[in-house]
Amino acid sequence: MARSKRGTPTINSSSMADIAFLLLIFFLVTTTIANDKGLTLQLPPHPDEVDQEDVKIPERNIFKILINSSDKLLVENEPMENSKLIREMVKEFVLNNGVNPKLSDSPLKAIVSIKTNRGTSYAKFIEIYNEVQGAYYDMYADRAGVNNKRWREIASKTSDPDNKRIYLEARMDFPMQISIAEPNN
Amino acid sequence: MHKFKKKTKSDPEIPTASLPDIIFMLLFFFMVTTVLRETTINVQQRIPRATELRKLQRKSLVSYLYMGQPQNISMFGDEPKIQANDVFIEVNDVIMWVEKEKAKLDEVEKDQITIAFKVDEKVKMGLISDVQMQLRKANARKLMYSTPQRADE
Repeated sequence: MARSKRGTPTINSSSMADIAFLLLIFFLVTTTIANDKGLTLQLPPHPDEVDQEDVKIPERNIFKILINSSDKLLVENEPMENSKLIREMVKEFVLNNGVNPKLSDSPLKAIVSIKTNRGTSYAKFIEIYNEVQGAYYDMYADRAGVNNKRWREIASKTSDPDNKRIYLEARMDFPMQISIAEPNN
Repeated sequence: MHKFKKKTKSDPEIPTASLPDIIFMLLFFFMVTTVLRETTINVQQRIPRATELRKLQRKSLVSYLYMGQPQNISMFGDEPKIQANDVFIEVNDVIMWVEKEKAKLDEVEKDQITIAFKVDEKVKMGLISDVQMQLRKANARKLMYSTPQRADE
């Protein structure tokens, strides 16, 4: 009986850290952190599929943004340098509700039109599109009583019933109408 | 002299028993948060940044299109090209590519396919609008301009 009295056997685990390190470094090198964020957009149907009908939209209900091939801006027929101003202009235009005769009748009728040239750079387009979408997100966030960032989280996760309710309420009679026109040559 | 001799203790050692646990924790973090890179991107990708980003609801419905100048200019020229799943495609092939991507999804989810653009900042809008026209034709109308977050907010 006295023979069995030895120290408890242990496995030497000092190399465990090395093995784990090796695996860790492998995953660090071979993987990229998932990045699935961006600016969303819904394209209209193909022109051949819908009946082409000329609808006259009053000048006041369209907010025109033109970008030429050298990335210069023309906003409501005025040249503009600072694209940051667009956000406030869009908000003023959409929320006018018929007060100023030059701006929109109501948010329902307001359309923001972005027209580029074929030579416009993608970077400039994204910059402008970002400002216009941002303006709409700001307005939705105001209606829902949250901040812009929270609004985008809500809009990205409408599978949650609470989020869906807030989302539909804020967007009621307040569509995001951003038209991206065919670029000209 | 006797007093000094007393100081001989067991030599100090940092216990390393918990080290594997710490490393394993890091390992699991990286395993969970990352996805294996599926395609080698053969076009330049300096993507413009934006602030008003939204997250995609379901990642399985997303197909990526990469556009930019080819990395290997001597072989493919310096005109911007479209890359889809490891190969360069022409604008006219976009419809076929969309159909192939749709075939991978369940019947009920086919209309919900989302195309994510990863486009280099130097690409011109002409190419983008040509591709968008093809997507409209292919009835894949959910689109996302995939961009990283701009820092100033």
